Amino acid sequence: MKRLKLNTKKELTDTSWENNLFNIIKKHKINFLPYVPDAGHAKLISLSEKDNFIKPIVLTTEEEGIAFSSGAWLGGKKSVLLMQSSGVGNCINMLSILSNCNFPFVTLITMRGEFGEFNSWQVPMGQATQTCLESMGVVVHRASNSTEVENFTDAALYSAFSSDQQIAVLLSQKLIGRKEW
Amino acid sequence: MVKNKIYLKRRDIVSQIVAYRGNAKIISGLGSPTYDVYNAGDNDSNFYLWGAMGGTAMIGLGVAMANPNLPVIVITGDGEMLMGIGSLATIGVQQPKNLAIITLNNGYYGETGMQKSHTSFGVELNKIAEASNFKKSFLINTNNDFNNLLNYIPPKNGPIFGNIIIDPQNPLRSLPILDGVELKNRFRKSVGLKVL
Repeated sequence: MKRLKLNTKKELTDTSWENNLFNIIKKHKINFLPYVPDAGHAKLISLSEKDNFIKPIVLTTEEEGIAFSSGAWLGGKKSVLLMQSSGVGNCINMLSILSNCNFPFVTLITMRGEFGEFNSWQVPMGQATQTCLESMGVVVHRASNSTEVENFTDAALYSAFSSDQQIAVLLSQKLIGRKEW
Repeated sequence: MVKNKIYLKRRDIVSQIVAYRGNAKIISGLGSPTYDVYNAGDNDSNFYLWGAMGGTAMIGLGVAMANPNLPVIVITGDGEMLMGIGSLATIGVQQPKNLAIITLNNGYYGETGMQKSHTSFGVELNKIAEASNFKKSFLINTNNDFNNLLNYIPPKNGPIFGNIIIDPQNPLRSLPILDGVELKNRFRKSVGLKVL
């Protein structure tokens, strides 16, 4: 899916966060990127496909990624789950394993249904995303610009894997641009 | 199902798999499979699920991919496997050699009052695994079939799938600890990892 950048003049050209995000993930020695794709994650997925250390894992549904991340940690490896906001609803019961076992968990979620969304079918889940995560005990950081997405992801990875925390970073639709129809 | 058929018994099956496990890690799905694995002997290398229905096979995949030299056996029920049926496709993509998925298929949701599951209506889990590119996928009805499966335990040339048709009768519950943090920590120690 192509996304049209319709934000500030700076953000029309500023996609540096996509590369920077990959470097942050490299810095934290993340092993696996389980994902259900979104255009906002396309760069990260394609960079990981070419990387010798980070392995992308394509999922059929997002909750597989919660279980996979937990298993990988049981075996000593780190994952970051990539999904879009619509996938959060699919994850709700599976998130219970994180609170029961206190598994470290980081997910990067590209937002739909909030800013300049054409497809109204994306709106209910997009609007409920943060509430659903918080109601299951996941800490939520909402990133609206390049600096925030880099800082929040770096902080989330540090906190999660140093002390078993569960953190979601939401990449706002303002940051990733709206989908072109 | 055939009338008067002599079904394999779940506790016998699981005890034998456990006897053949070697250094394999075992992940058990909620309900009876967790009780069966615990009943065969508690072990720090067992990770028992009490919830997160549909996630057992994917937890197994995570452990297996984190440690490609360590065999991993997932033991779960037909209902739990059906809830995470897409994970068979995900495992088929990754082709972990060290992973076996064993379903104890009684055709019922045993924990909730024995409602029939899809496998009682002709859905064949081993064919789904086969179509998902598992290296070997077995339908197991008899002791002979089961003995053949044991040749692939612990798994080395997987992914392996075993659809074991079992007696629907539920033995007495045999309950492991519920504490998820303790289950996680002891499992990680068994892999040689640090815990918080």
